[in-house]
Amino acid sequence: MLGHELPGDAKAARAEMGVVPQLDNLDVDVTVEDNLAIFARLYRVPDVGAAVDRALDLARLRDRRRDAVDKLSGGMRRRLLLARGLVHEPKLVLLDEPTVGLDPQIRTQLWTLIDDLRSRGTTILMSTHYIEEAERLADEVAVMDAGRVIARATPAELIAAHAGTHTAEVYGPPARLTEVRAVAEGQGLAVRPAGPAIAIVGAERASDGAVPADAVLRAASLEDVFVLLTGVEAE
Amino acid sequence: MSEGRTRLRRLEPAAIGGVMSREVANFRTYWRGTTFSSVLEPIVYLLAFGLGLSATLVDEVNGVPYVQFVGTGMVATAVIFSSALPAMFGTFVKHRFQNTYDAILAAPVDVEELVSAEMLWIGARASVYGCVPLLVTIGFGLDPAWGMLLTPLFCFVTALGFAGFGVAMAAIVAKIDQFNYVTALFVTPLFLVSGAFFPIEGLPQGFQLLAQLNPLHQLVELVRGGAFGYDAVDLLRFAGLVGFAFVMWRIAVNRMEARLID
Repeated sequence: MLGHELPGDAKAARAEMGVVPQLDNLDVDVTVEDNLAIFARLYRVPDVGAAVDRALDLARLRDRRRDAVDKLSGGMRRRLLLARGLVHEPKLVLLDEPTVGLDPQIRTQLWTLIDDLRSRGTTILMSTHYIEEAERLADEVAVMDAGRVIARATPAELIAAHAGTHTAEVYGPPARLTEVRAVAEGQGLAVRPAGPAIAIVGAERASDGAVPADAVLRAASLEDVFVLLTGVEAE
Repeated sequence: MSEGRTRLRRLEPAAIGGVMSREVANFRTYWRGTTFSSVLEPIVYLLAFGLGLSATLVDEVNGVPYVQFVGTGMVATAVIFSSALPAMFGTFVKHRFQNTYDAILAAPVDVEELVSAEMLWIGARASVYGCVPLLVTIGFGLDPAWGMLLTPLFCFVTALGFAGFGVAMAAIVAKIDQFNYVTALFVTPLFLVSGAFFPIEGLPQGFQLLAQLNPLHQLVELVRGGAFGYDAVDLLRFAGLVGFAFVMWRIAVNRMEARLID
């Protein structure tokens, strides 16, 4: 990794890598800036003060620098956790489900941050089960099932290869959905449950009658790909 | 970080200093309570044991007023309670409840550095807190002596050993309640049979031998040496404490590695 042999050279590899855990393990009684300074030191950053300022700007927490972490809101803590993993400007960042359990507003803030990092050339390896997040942020997506990578490409390539261009969602009573499903599957189309509806994937290839007139047509998504590839019955 | 590749060796001062700086930052948030109890406790003990016992039952031990005997002995009590217990509970909480160690070990810090830093910090802290009973006893009439200047060093080395013991225990136990066994089986007997409250010469032969193996007893003797005059055998006692600290350090690193690296 990053030119280091593992596991022998793991310590040197860790020095060039940032890790943002899923679980918040900030020091809650300690101030925001001390949390950052401690990790700047652990990562042997030469100018700790400058690194802390940079991380505070990144997390947009400059005016809260002297507050204890337990005085921060959930979104601020998440941003701080991310900034802590970036305090030494790593070449590679591991983000473990960075937005799990967050409000949509906070999630959007984090997406902006992550996208910003990406545009500055940092390599980001992020795990997520929010498929929308992977579709929006990732240059390359690896779909994993039971610990193995089962597909790997850009989001657009994955969608084109596995889901086509359009998906038709059909709403209605179960009996009708069963009927619509049978017709679509009869034409060789993939159908998956989508909450109260069913989704006919690759609807652009459907012949007459397979997609009912009241179906809602939308662009095919990475979620369609994911469910088709990993199966309807998730573990 | 190109120069980083050559710097990453074992026991790097930068890694140890970084982990210790985390402890210092946390300590700044709770030092008042810890310091308050560490000062109040010897005062209460000296009033209860010293004044109470010496007024009614014991006057002197080996020519030393009982208050001064207990006061110098309580240095050892302060050391074990500010080293073994914080190491046990602190390590357990940081590792299993707060996931602090996951964060630290994601940085270029290895388990040996982490454990060494925790031990050094506890040792440094205990070397200060250990002196408090001595200062209080001076307030109760003990004459200051030059030899007392070595007390922080004795406390530091002993606390290193007990910090290592605490870290190892935190790595070994499955649940935090199991510290009750550790306290009842090791901590309490060690401090009761250290010679802090009564001279071990009065104990049966077997217990005397056990007491000689008790690092806290060696600390008690060294502290009294500082107050009332050293003996040649004190060098041996100090060497024993250094050995104790070294062995506990290796056990702590070994147990923590087993716990943290699967």
